[in-house]
Amino acid sequence: MVSITEKAMKAIFVFCGLAIILFLVGILYILLSNSMPGLIELGLGPFFAADRWNPGAYGEPTYSLLNMIYGTLMVTLGALIFAVPVGVAAAAYLAEIASPWEREFFKPIVEVLAGVPSVVLGFFGLVVLAPLIARAFNLNSGLNAFNGAILVGIMALPTIITLAEDAITAVPKEYRHASLALGGTRWQTIWKITTPAAFSGITAAAMLGMGRAIGETMTVLMVTGNMVARPESFLDSVRTLSAGIAIDIGDVVFNSTHFHALFVAGLLLFLITFAVNLLADILIQRKPEVSK
Amino acid sequence: MNQKKRLTLAGIIVLTAMILITGCGGSAEEQSDEPVDGANGNGGDVVPEEASIMLGGSDSEVNVVARLAEEYMNDNLHVSIAVTGGGSGVGISSLIDGDIDVANSSRPMRDTEEDALRDNHGEEPYAVRFAVDGVAVLVNDANQVETLTVDQVGAIYRGEITNWSEVGGDDQEITLYGRQSTSGTYVFFMELVVQGEYSERKRNMAGTSDIVEAVIGDEGGIGYAAIGYAGEDGVKALDIAAEEGSEAYDPAILENVTSGNYPLTRPLYQYMAGKPEGALLDYLLFEVSDTGQNIVLAEGFYPITDGDREFNKNALE
Repeated sequence: MVSITEKAMKAIFVFCGLAIILFLVGILYILLSNSMPGLIELGLGPFFAADRWNPGAYGEPTYSLLNMIYGTLMVTLGALIFAVPVGVAAAAYLAEIASPWEREFFKPIVEVLAGVPSVVLGFFGLVVLAPLIARAFNLNSGLNAFNGAILVGIMALPTIITLAEDAITAVPKEYRHASLALGGTRWQTIWKITTPAAFSGITAAAMLGMGRAIGETMTVLMVTGNMVARPESFLDSVRTLSAGIAIDIGDVVFNSTHFHALFVAGLLLFLITFAVNLLADILIQRKPEVSK
Repeated sequence: MNQKKRLTLAGIIVLTAMILITGCGGSAEEQSDEPVDGANGNGGDVVPEEASIMLGGSDSEVNVVARLAEEYMNDNLHVSIAVTGGGSGVGISSLIDGDIDVANSSRPMRDTEEDALRDNHGEEPYAVRFAVDGVAVLVNDANQVETLTVDQVGAIYRGEITNWSEVGGDDQEITLYGRQSTSGTYVFFMELVVQGEYSERKRNMAGTSDIVEAVIGDEGGIGYAAIGYAGEDGVKALDIAAEEGSEAYDPAILENVTSGNYPLTRPLYQYMAGKPEGALLDYLLFEVSDTGQNIVLAEGFYPITDGDREFNKNALE
């Protein structure tokens, strides 16, 4: 009897595990099958041409994703420039400095931050942050890459803090003890010993935060202004790939060239996110570089 | 890993969405293949003939037409009406293909389309105007500019005029706000006002209310929106003149729009192959009745004018 239950349970768990792979393959299949007609009709070139995304043109429609790729990179990297130092510092504080009750107090707050709906953050960016940025930099409008980067950075923070804290906590106690015994201060220990020792884990945290940032849609849609021109600076309006898809997909004509071109954008986004996550996983596997 | 969980969740959502999308596509086709219910032989004088009407096309019209159809069906239980969107062009080509009975279109049918309809059905195209749509050009309350011509608005949206001082305002850069390419208003504005490519520096907002929100927060901003939005605090609708030297009209005044004096208005059309009769004629008459026109007004559009009623006589009388 026991062994039958055991086997049944095992089968269920294996199935659940396989289901995840099935979903992933399913997504890839749908992306490929819907983007192929677009790629066959237009070829790869027009998607990376120097013109702009203009499917509803007065003249000939164009489908370049290039400016949206720039937009995605600007918002994502901008978010990391802000979120990685803050996130790693917060993680070091939680792992090394905070007393147990402080940790009990702050960790749930980090989790609440992860649960804030992106539309709420977007609205905050639209109504509060945008006028502030406009005033601070003397701009007409605060709907730009900078605004998006800050908000996406805030969204990536919980991922980065949680994973970086795990990485720092995993550094063997002996390292700290050795540093302190040699007369190192607490600051020197964190800065010179524990953080470097947890480097690959922290990099993985940053990468996963990046994976989170690249695909973020609602917030950037609301606060970056979504201009299709090539952005000239961080204070210029940009359109990201994800926002570009979200803007058009709602009422695009089903199975039109425009529809398939949006799936090409989706496929590109999927591949970028997949590559970033894969890289992060490889880095996490390498974590035990600090052997006793 | 948390990230993987999220990925799976995303997968489930995407798959469900895909199933829904393809599912909807399938059912729409099925509906169009459905034969129109004929007369039921046993029906006495009391039971009216069952009828089903398929309408499709313009996304600008889909909500107001669906609302009209709903109200009509409440009082006429024997008639079933289905309304779909997709865009004016989609509606007209479905009508030509015979998939639907009525094409909702926010633009007049082109000559080539009329010819195709004649070839396919051996019937003349008939059209009804059932509502008037208007677009307001919005600027920030602090803006000194009160009046623009259609040409000036076009030049601003083409990116040829980039500073308010060029049209009589303060020395301030203009920020353009607009909608995505599949919005009906995008096409209306492009064809009537811009008459060329939109400037690539136009910022695309997710919806009309986002445009209004952005213009409220941007003293150099300009946006366009349905006239219903012109009353928001912090923005004002510009008076628009058809051309230089002609009088400018305020879209917030109902008479300016219904009289056709305000230049950025368009009638909303419904096209069909052959003169409408039976349940379809009855439904169209409901649309242009006082009850129907009140629904049109409640949905943010304007009632048709005497000129439109004159136009409708061809199809409805």
